[in-house]
Amino acid sequence: MTFKKSDHGAVPFWRDERYLQIIAQVVVVAALLVLGYWLVHNLLTGLEALGTPLSFKFLGLTSQFDIGESMIEYSRNSTYTQALLVGLLNTIKVSFLGIVFATIFGIIVGIARLSKNWLVNKLATIYVETLRNIPLLVFLIFLSTSVFHKLPRVKDALSAWGWAFLTNRGIYIVWPQPSGGWDVYKWFLLGSFIIGFIVAAIKFREGRRTGRMPLYWLWGFVVFALLAAVSWFIAQFMAGQPMYLDFPSLQGRNFKGGKSLTPEFMAIFTGLVIYTSAFIAEVVRAGIQSVSKGQREAATAVGLSGFQTMRLVIFPQAMRVIIPPMTSQYLNLTKNSSLAIAVGYPDLFAVGSTIINQAGRAVEIILVTMGVYLTFSLLTALFMNWYNKHTQLVER
Amino acid sequence: MTSLTPAKDILPPPTERSTVLGWMKKNLFGSIGDTILTFVAGGLLLWLIFAIVNWILTKAQWAAVTDNLQLYMKGQYPASEDWRLWLLMFLLALIVGMAWGIFLKRAEAVGWVLLIIPVVLAVWLITLHRESWWRFLVVDILAMLGYFLGKRYPKKLARPTYILLLLYMPLVILVVRGFGENGFMKLVGTNLWGGLLLSLLLAVFGIVFSFPIGVLLALGRQSKMPALKTLSVIYIELIRGVPLITLLFMGQLMLPFFLPAGITIDRVIRAVVAIIMFAAAYMAENVRGGLQSIPKGQYEAADVIGLSGWQKMVFIILPQALRAVIPVLVGQFIGLFKDTSLVALVGLLDLLGIARGILANPSYIGRQLEVFAFIAMIYWVFSYGMSYASGRLETTLGVGER
Repeated sequence: MTFKKSDHGAVPFWRDERYLQIIAQVVVVAALLVLGYWLVHNLLTGLEALGTPLSFKFLGLTSQFDIGESMIEYSRNSTYTQALLVGLLNTIKVSFLGIVFATIFGIIVGIARLSKNWLVNKLATIYVETLRNIPLLVFLIFLSTSVFHKLPRVKDALSAWGWAFLTNRGIYIVWPQPSGGWDVYKWFLLGSFIIGFIVAAIKFREGRRTGRMPLYWLWGFVVFALLAAVSWFIAQFMAGQPMYLDFPSLQGRNFKGGKSLTPEFMAIFTGLVIYTSAFIAEVVRAGIQSVSKGQREAATAVGLSGFQTMRLVIFPQAMRVIIPPMTSQYLNLTKNSSLAIAVGYPDLFAVGSTIINQAGRAVEIILVTMGVYLTFSLLTALFMNWYNKHTQLVER
Repeated sequence: MTSLTPAKDILPPPTERSTVLGWMKKNLFGSIGDTILTFVAGGLLLWLIFAIVNWILTKAQWAAVTDNLQLYMKGQYPASEDWRLWLLMFLLALIVGMAWGIFLKRAEAVGWVLLIIPVVLAVWLITLHRESWWRFLVVDILAMLGYFLGKRYPKKLARPTYILLLLYMPLVILVVRGFGENGFMKLVGTNLWGGLLLSLLLAVFGIVFSFPIGVLLALGRQSKMPALKTLSVIYIELIRGVPLITLLFMGQLMLPFFLPAGITIDRVIRAVVAIIMFAAAYMAENVRGGLQSIPKGQYEAADVIGLSGWQKMVFIILPQALRAVIPVLVGQFIGLFKDTSLVALVGLLDLLGIARGILANPSYIGRQLEVFAFIAMIYWVFSYGMSYASGRLETTLGVGER
């Protein structure tokens, strides 16, 4: 059935939905522009009146404050930009390590929650339900004030067989240090890594071709480990021992040697790891449970062992469900690392707020900080889009 | 056929072994690996229980908690105005009881737990020799009264209950804040709000106000109008990309600049604005999930019966979409309640802020463990209670099954 236009006459434009939509959008955008202009105008004039007009030139000035821990050269004579860079690197450090360890713990707890062993199952449930229902900030402040700053003083440090010392000034652990043969050995190490990688790639190809996927990553790792071990002795023969274990020891009033981890770092790090692992555990559990029971039964029916079922059938399918929420947990961990300010760890946000207090440049610093976190999440979003497309292509 | 076993000799089929030993064999000592796991986990559990009990019995001193109960609950809110908070609590008990009676009709296990909590609190207060213990019992009595009324007259009371629920939030603001300089219901400035009261108010404000904004943003993101869509996407992704703490700092440090000189906004409201902005973006994404779950046929059916765009959304799509995301929204509410603790970092005295303030008092030096255990327990009870209750509600109401 068709309408003849001439029978009804044209719809007047004020009742035509297409025009109305355009008008509505123009009105909204115009209103937002006016509002935005008004707000920014207020901001600029307000800052002008305070004598600190909006500008980022102050970032070149000397910071004149110390930062507790830094991965790069930094002193109180460095600039604000360098201070922010120190903070950014600290944020990246704690986020990266946090993500790695939270993933490991999260997977363990997630699998434990699915365990048929009643006690293990219940213990994992208690772990998850306790942590998921208290605020991270409370947990962090608790860890900082009642755990890591409550450890014994340096002179009666808790020792773990001499490999690690726990004190209220920080935690000292044994750490490998490069020595004479390192210059030679590092090239051997790189070579071993490349060969291991190639072996893994070959095994992976072979699996693709024959349809019987070997444990390609295990192959690669074993080859790498063997080569690294053999070349260790070659390097020792050529140029002396490549590395030695540096044990921390009490010298004077403090521990020297090994790797020292400040209580602030330990508080934010363990806090983020434990808290996020509870959420990751739920993600992992949901992912594994999303694979239908028939898949498991079919795998058993064709004679796969428990481990093979997990590796070849359950895990690849669970991954597709796990990855998206997992990335958002990683992003949450990164954003939550901004709570480091509560435990005194100098991350980006904490350094930023020190600068705000000192230079009075709140607007600029907040913009910079937000910009950095935004970049992190946009990069993650890009990766996610890529990953989703990738898995979709593989799928069918 | 004579070799058939006579019927009286046939044994009954083997039943699932339900003896304690059988259960243990199946669930704890199924294999060698299982046995080892059980011993490791059991050892860990015993050690944990021992450590906690040992700490509670020998080391813990609860003075930092019991001396300051009022502060934890309501901050500096004047004692003379306490009755207003209690009145709100009584009203809430009545409304919840009525809603329970009307919509659930059964006394679920959750209900009993909810009723037991005030009794436990009352007993605790009696042991502390506080006078206000009887008020908790009033809460229980009112809740039960509401339950029986709701169950008896579900038809008559349904509409008043809805209206009361809707009016409750504005009423809370009005009653807590008060009006007039002095006398009856005198004004209590937000600088005096604190403790659990402030935490709950922040979470409730956050969720109530972010809800409509979030729905609008979700609709904007789904709409076919390019400008609205772009704006919604930019807002949502911008907010979701930054930590809440930066927004709170922005609220405290930048918001005053955005307004013309001379206009100042109260610190609590600045924090609330930041929380609402933050929650709205997450709310929008949750609602979008619900919108996407509605089959296309629903849109088309609405078009066919001649509904306009707005009618279609309000009467057909949104009710179904929101119903589908109720569990997610509860989860978000819990997250928001936990996130309110961040306002302690910008100097507000919410539950965590008060706790930090109390620990700064020299007479409670070194009592961090007790104080943090106490406030963590409060947060835990509220969060876990909400998630548990919502899980039960879902199964009872069949949300998400249709």
